[in-house]
Amino acid sequence: MSNIAVRAENLGKDYVLKSETVHALRGVTFDVPEGDYVAIMGPSGSGKSTLLNLLGCLDRPSFGELYLGTENVATLNDNGLSDIRSKRIGFVFQSYNLIQQLNVVENIQVPLYYQGKVNRTTRKRAIELAGKVGLGDRQDHRPQQLSGGQMQRVAIARSMVNDPYYILADEATGNLDSKTTDEILCLFEELNAEGKTIIMVTHEDEVAARCRRVIRLRDGHIESDLPIEQDRQKYHYSMPTTELSEDEEEDVAVTQAQAVTSDGFSVDDDEIVMGGSSDSHDEPEIEVEIDE
Amino acid sequence: MNALMSLFRTWQLGIKSLFLHPMRSALTVLGIFIGVAAVIWLLAIGEGISQKAQEQIASLGARNIIVRSIKPPLEKLGDSNVAEFGLLRKDFNLLVNTIPQIEVAIPIREMKISFSFGNNDMDGRLVGSTTDYFNATKLKLAKGRFLSPADVDKNKDFCVLSMGIAEALFPHDDPIGKRVYCPTNQTYYEVVGILRKRTASAGIGGSLAAQDYSRDVYIPITTLNQRVGDVTRRFQSGSFYAEKVELHQATIQVKTMDDVLTVAELVKDALRTQLESGKGDIDVVVPLELLEQAETTRMMFMIFMGLIAAVSLLVGGIGIMNIMLATVTERTREIGIRRALGARQGAIQRQFLVETITLSIVGGLVGVAVGLLCPVTLEWLRDTLIENFPEEMASLPAEVRETVPIIVPISIPVSFGIAVLIGVIFGMYPAYRASRMDPIEALRHE
Repeated sequence: MSNIAVRAENLGKDYVLKSETVHALRGVTFDVPEGDYVAIMGPSGSGKSTLLNLLGCLDRPSFGELYLGTENVATLNDNGLSDIRSKRIGFVFQSYNLIQQLNVVENIQVPLYYQGKVNRTTRKRAIELAGKVGLGDRQDHRPQQLSGGQMQRVAIARSMVNDPYYILADEATGNLDSKTTDEILCLFEELNAEGKTIIMVTHEDEVAARCRRVIRLRDGHIESDLPIEQDRQKYHYSMPTTELSEDEEEDVAVTQAQAVTSDGFSVDDDEIVMGGSSDSHDEPEIEVEIDE
Repeated sequence: MNALMSLFRTWQLGIKSLFLHPMRSALTVLGIFIGVAAVIWLLAIGEGISQKAQEQIASLGARNIIVRSIKPPLEKLGDSNVAEFGLLRKDFNLLVNTIPQIEVAIPIREMKISFSFGNNDMDGRLVGSTTDYFNATKLKLAKGRFLSPADVDKNKDFCVLSMGIAEALFPHDDPIGKRVYCPTNQTYYEVVGILRKRTASAGIGGSLAAQDYSRDVYIPITTLNQRVGDVTRRFQSGSFYAEKVELHQATIQVKTMDDVLTVAELVKDALRTQLESGKGDIDVVVPLELLEQAETTRMMFMIFMGLIAAVSLLVGGIGIMNIMLATVTERTREIGIRRALGARQGAIQRQFLVETITLSIVGGLVGVAVGLLCPVTLEWLRDTLIENFPEEMASLPAEVRETVPIIVPISIPVSFGIAVLIGVIFGMYPAYRASRMDPIEALRHE
């Protein structure tokens, strides 16, 4: 069995308000092995954001265990969590969140800066990473001089500079046009192919479709945790229509052929559901074993 | 070493952040820089004024006690036609004979009179005194010699001219050996010496009026008493004025500075009756006491000015805190990002504290630079004012007009140090606020 990047055991979070307690996350259990590429999805109120904050060590759970690698982070204090963030996690945000006063190379090094480790070596590494994400010729540009896609590339490079257990992306393509979205998602796929673990929180099926596994949340529980093909099957959506390769088009045809409703009628093209699975849940739950 | 590098990097980051809003940073710095410059300027001006005053007093001689005769106002003079007042010779002799600590006592008698030589004439002052006068007042010869003890003993008709009179009466000739004439007394005095220019002294206290020494003619007091009786008459503005004054001043030089205050008491004792008579016709001036008073005044002035400037620095500090609080709010998002990327609360606190201290250091440095420019600037200001408003400037008292500010050395590190301290103190709260922000909330901001 390969190494585990993240393990959650009955992880839960309650928010105590003046009048009531909100049970945002009611005890979720899952593993993310190294090299996996997981999408976490769910409607608002499902606990998606809460799980994101816990996986990002920005917040502490109310109960349960959370391991990053072999480190138990559930009981760390504020400084401990800060250190974990700088050393073990890479963030990619929807609105890029670069620091205005710093240029590309400096932005990439920020996590290392907070580890107390910025020097010539780290600068070289940052320059390499900038090249890797395609910004080798813009090293001293400031965020104001970059496009959205370019800024996100910097963010991705930044998320890798500290060799984290995983890259945690929150709606990473939410602010990008479809062409740039595709570029960024291709970049993520490349990185994953090289062995990087990626956890992508998203509400878009077409983004989830590029992942290898989908965890869906509802009302603070895990509703399903499936490899991408089975998730796609279950929730009736196909790959995005932009520029499918031949193989992909074949996949789409096969899926269409296999798509049946619960009462046995085949489905027309128009009824293929694209994105947003909230309206197709009259079927019984399908439990699927996930093998390594 | 590592800590130093880390501090340097924090500071580098701070500078970059401050340059995001150069105008705002500049305005914040303004408050501090004005405070620092104000401390330095106010103290320098105060010091300049004090120094001048002290110089004036010191020029009277720290070892001297001056007994001065004052003409009382008309009411106190009684019904006689002759105004009789001032120190008496017998009292002078009493002082000399009974106080052993006195090194030398110099009698001085003066009269305003006109002098002439050939076709030239000039109003001046005839001063009768002894040889000691020249030593005690540290006069310097331009030519010839001072009056000698023999001159005084023998009531010689010799005189020593001050430079002003010499130039007026003898524009082309050498005055030595020539005889200056006093029309009023119908007396001649042969010139034996000429003095170098002597700086005028400003008035110090009521009894020592400002003196302009440039028109003095010095003769032995014995000669003066012989040629002119104790009573002098003048005709002015249609009336006769008669005065009976034996001595206008006695300058008593004490052997050592330690004895000055003791001797001053003895002198006051000896002259007590006259001092307390209510006539107010003599006064005992002790420059040493005045010096000590001036020193006290100077201290109080410095403290007062320092307080005013401190208040202005305080206001500058409040300005800094205000701006930094606004800045922190504005950069909530940035704080969230940094925290998400691994910044501890302490790191955020340090970051903003460094920014604030950088601002106050820059303010302090600029303030010191401007502070050091005080003498030059005031000089320029004075010249400009004299050029454009000559009458107004002339009407100002000499002390104000001619004050040269003297930078008080300690004011520089002290005001700079306070500026930095202000940065630290007023930066702590905004930095604290920044560090306590919840990262999740901060990331949601704006």
